Amino acid sequence: MEGINAKYVSQKISKTRWRPVSSSSLQQPDIFATGSWDNEDNKISLWSIGDNGVSGMDDEFEGDPQLVCEYKHNGDVMDLQFLDQDRIVTASSTGAVTIFRHNHNNQTLSVPQLWERAHHYPCGKAPCTGVVCNSPEIVTVGEDGRIILFRSDQEGVTRTIENADSSTIHAVTFLRTTEILTVNSIGQLKLWDFRQRSNEPSQILSLTGDRVPLHCVDRHPNQQHIVATGGQDGMLCIWDVRQGKMPFSLMEAHSAEMWEVHFHPSNPDHLFSCSEDGSLLHWETSSNSDTPSFLQGGRNASITSRSAIAPAGGNQSLISAWLTGDSGKGRLETTHMLPSQTLSVNSLDVLGQCLVCGTDGEAIYVNRLVPI
Amino acid sequence: MEEVDVEPTTTPIPGVDSNRKHLGFVWGPGDILVYETIYKASGLSTGGCPFVHEVRKDEDICSPILRKLFNESHHIFVGLQGIRDDLPSKNKKTQFVSISKNYRSVIRACMEELQQVAVSVQDAALATQYGNQVSILLAVELIWNLCEVLFIDAAPAGSLLLHLLDWVRLHKADVDEKARDVLQSESPTEHQAYWDVVISYVLQGRMDEARQVLMKQAALQPAARGMFKLLDNLLIKMPIFNPSGAQTLTEFDVKWRHWHEEVDRCLQDQSFASNPHLEVICKILVGDEDVLLEHKELLSTWYHFLVTRLLFSHPIVKPTELHYYAQSSMHMFLDTRSVPEPLDSILLAAFEFDIHQVIKDCSIALNNWWFVAHLTDLMDHCKLLQSHNLHFGSNLREFLLLEYASGLFTHHSLWQLAVDYFDHCPEFGRVYLELQIERVPLDTERKALKVLRICEQRQMTEQVRSICKIMAKGALRNNRLGSALSWSIRAKDAAFATLISERFLQDYCANGAFSDLDLIDNLGSAMLLSDRLTFLGKYREFHRLYGEKCFSDAAKLLLSLMTAKIAPRTFWMTLLTDALPLLEQKEVIFSADQTHELMFCLEDLTSGNCLPKPDRAMQDEDIDTTKIEILRLALARNLAKAIVKEGTVEV
Repeated sequence: MEGINAKYVSQKISKTRWRPVSSSSLQQPDIFATGSWDNEDNKISLWSIGDNGVSGMDDEFEGDPQLVCEYKHNGDVMDLQFLDQDRIVTASSTGAVTIFRHNHNNQTLSVPQLWERAHHYPCGKAPCTGVVCNSPEIVTVGEDGRIILFRSDQEGVTRTIENADSSTIHAVTFLRTTEILTVNSIGQLKLWDFRQRSNEPSQILSLTGDRVPLHCVDRHPNQQHIVATGGQDGMLCIWDVRQGKMPFSLMEAHSAEMWEVHFHPSNPDHLFSCSEDGSLLHWETSSNSDTPSFLQGGRNASITSRSAIAPAGGNQSLISAWLTGDSGKGRLETTHMLPSQTLSVNSLDVLGQCLVCGTDGEAIYVNRLVPI
Repeated sequence: MEEVDVEPTTTPIPGVDSNRKHLGFVWGPGDILVYETIYKASGLSTGGCPFVHEVRKDEDICSPILRKLFNESHHIFVGLQGIRDDLPSKNKKTQFVSISKNYRSVIRACMEELQQVAVSVQDAALATQYGNQVSILLAVELIWNLCEVLFIDAAPAGSLLLHLLDWVRLHKADVDEKARDVLQSESPTEHQAYWDVVISYVLQGRMDEARQVLMKQAALQPAARGMFKLLDNLLIKMPIFNPSGAQTLTEFDVKWRHWHEEVDRCLQDQSFASNPHLEVICKILVGDEDVLLEHKELLSTWYHFLVTRLLFSHPIVKPTELHYYAQSSMHMFLDTRSVPEPLDSILLAAFEFDIHQVIKDCSIALNNWWFVAHLTDLMDHCKLLQSHNLHFGSNLREFLLLEYASGLFTHHSLWQLAVDYFDHCPEFGRVYLELQIERVPLDTERKALKVLRICEQRQMTEQVRSICKIMAKGALRNNRLGSALSWSIRAKDAAFATLISERFLQDYCANGAFSDLDLIDNLGSAMLLSDRLTFLGKYREFHRLYGEKCFSDAAKLLLSLMTAKIAPRTFWMTLLTDALPLLEQKEVIFSADQTHELMFCLEDLTSGNCLPKPDRAMQDEDIDTTKIEILRLALARNLAKAIVKEGTVEV
């Protein structure tokens, strides 16, 4: 495992995210943010790798992350997203949603905005479990089953969907600009449309059988109907939200809860997932054949029946390799990305060729040569 | 009970005057709670201190830099436990040595970071604290390194001395600094530390460096060139044992004695008489102890003196002979009146190969079990500890690991590391873990999920149930019925699932509609967890069928709910009332047989209620009687219609 080293940071990392690079530049990302959890004083920190003039001693490993700045955070950092180049939104276990601003001149963080009791119970705090943003809109979900829509340029709450779910909502992601997807602890994937005034989901998908809680969700960057989720049993599910109430394919991934799943933003044939069992998997599907997968009759005979319903918008050459539905036919390769057994890998983020992940062993791993 | 070797230290507690009031205390997992009682030592009782103080012995666990030590060593520990027993012992030894080196490099990394912080911090108290931690880590690494040389690597005679030399050189780094100062100055030979540097190099057995520095002096004194050449010659020719070479120990010994005689001859011949410095060096080479002792400042420690002494008088010292030399060196070097430091007695015990004494002394001297636990574990893997059974059944390694891990569990964040340590304590680890894991505070669901995963992986079903019940109760209190249900499903807790279903049914009776339809509609196989839950699911299905106007299916379902005894008796009235609109329909929905069954159910229900209940209001009774009458009428009418319909023959 060349190019991947552990940096011990004296705090259990719950979330790591790369700062987005502007789409015009072809640079690799160089700054990432981390959030800690389970500390008496939690913090969010900004780290820098690579040569951008941040002072450091003669480090044995080049590109060892250096701390740029940090700020105290009330409660565990349950989720963290970059709103834009300068601002970070966090979800806290106290139910608060905070916006941090990074001041580039003096390398400090400040808190321009805070919604303190965004998620709450009638008497008590409810942790806010997930946040997703599409500047300037921010959507958060929590253990109290609420979905809240904020705008970063407004003080108050834009819209609340009360009692959206009777169980805990674990994660949220944007499907389209006005639609979001949530996953909850009774194994349902719900689609919400903000254009509708009602507080009901427009669609509910779930796996029949055991109600395994789902913990993470991510949407394919180019094909908006393909969604990946991971749950308590460590299974990776690929769904097609346009059709069916069931996942398209199920793959055994990990032996414990899968905490995060991400499609690679620019190369979506690659998927990354990390889990409580301490492993980080890199999934690579090969879609370099000319003919679409379901027409390759002989080899993948078993899938033709599933794809018998031609997907809507049927330009067949754009069918994603993820919807072949059959991982056992050698079209899917998985590799472990961490060198050895660690405690739970809580979070990962991938951008360009750089991967960062944080573990419960209080270590951050950065890999700058991810084979994409 | 063993006697305590040193006087216990007193820790004053701010705000509490122990002379005036008696203190009360109670032990906790890692600390003591101390409070002032109302009982006074003497005199009148005046106002006291209202606080409860928490006194903690181990501050290291809170230090952010030392946390890295705990985490990294945990990683190494887990790797060590995974080494398979069936490897040949030679390979294992190299592995153990490299693991020992890993541990030491982790200690060194921490030490360096602490040193940097100690230098840069402003607060004087903090700086002293960091300074103390640095010196403790220095001592710890020193002891560990010695243990690695003597016990784990177990070097035989010949290479033993080489390893000891490395050990001393590693821990006396200021020689290089001084040498740099001297060599970089304008005229090195004039520098006041010049001869100190040369002698220090010789004392450490670094002959090449000594010769290089000496050459500077030699260049300046062409007249004495002969003398310098002679000394240079002696230094070059000093035999060094090569463990991987073909030379045996006896051959080396012979060579060394020849060289030693040559040096002695030079001394007797007064070859270096004109230059006192060179004479001193020659005397050192011959192993003159008095001369060595004259350079106490350069040696600075008795163990350096020991190694130097061995280098120049007994280079093929055997491990078993070490302790004799160690003791005598210590006595010679140290002032006999001063009390030996704990570090000295620990090192002496190590030279005596008394592992247990080393561990015992370290446990007393250090305030945290980290060092002894890891070192003992490593040595246990090397099979160096006799199975020394303690009074309470487990062995020394397990005892220390349990103590260390229990200490970790008191930390709000490091408890996760402790789990792995408990896993590798075969006798009591599981019990300790079971007791401790239930006491981890669960603020968020995510933390609860992690704790549950730990319990499930170890089949601790009791703890799983108890944690799920706590979370489910919490969810229920906040009216999160879906969450509560998902927790009961995880624990396979039928009783709780029944409780939740009761809540739903109560809500229905109160509000006339179901809350949380998304949950009930999509129960799936979870329905089978409890009877009440199954009923709930089926009842909701009945409502749905009714809403979709599939009346006959709805009717069948309703009947089966009562006849299959899925519905609780208390709910039968509601079910029968639900049947009313179906009975009143124009079309016959219930067949004759079904109607008979419904009537049977009604009779069953009313026969049980024939005794008047004194606490029920007259109004309720009236309503009930009216309902029953309406039902009876509807059933009778339906029966009639059904019989007619079934009896009709199409012509």
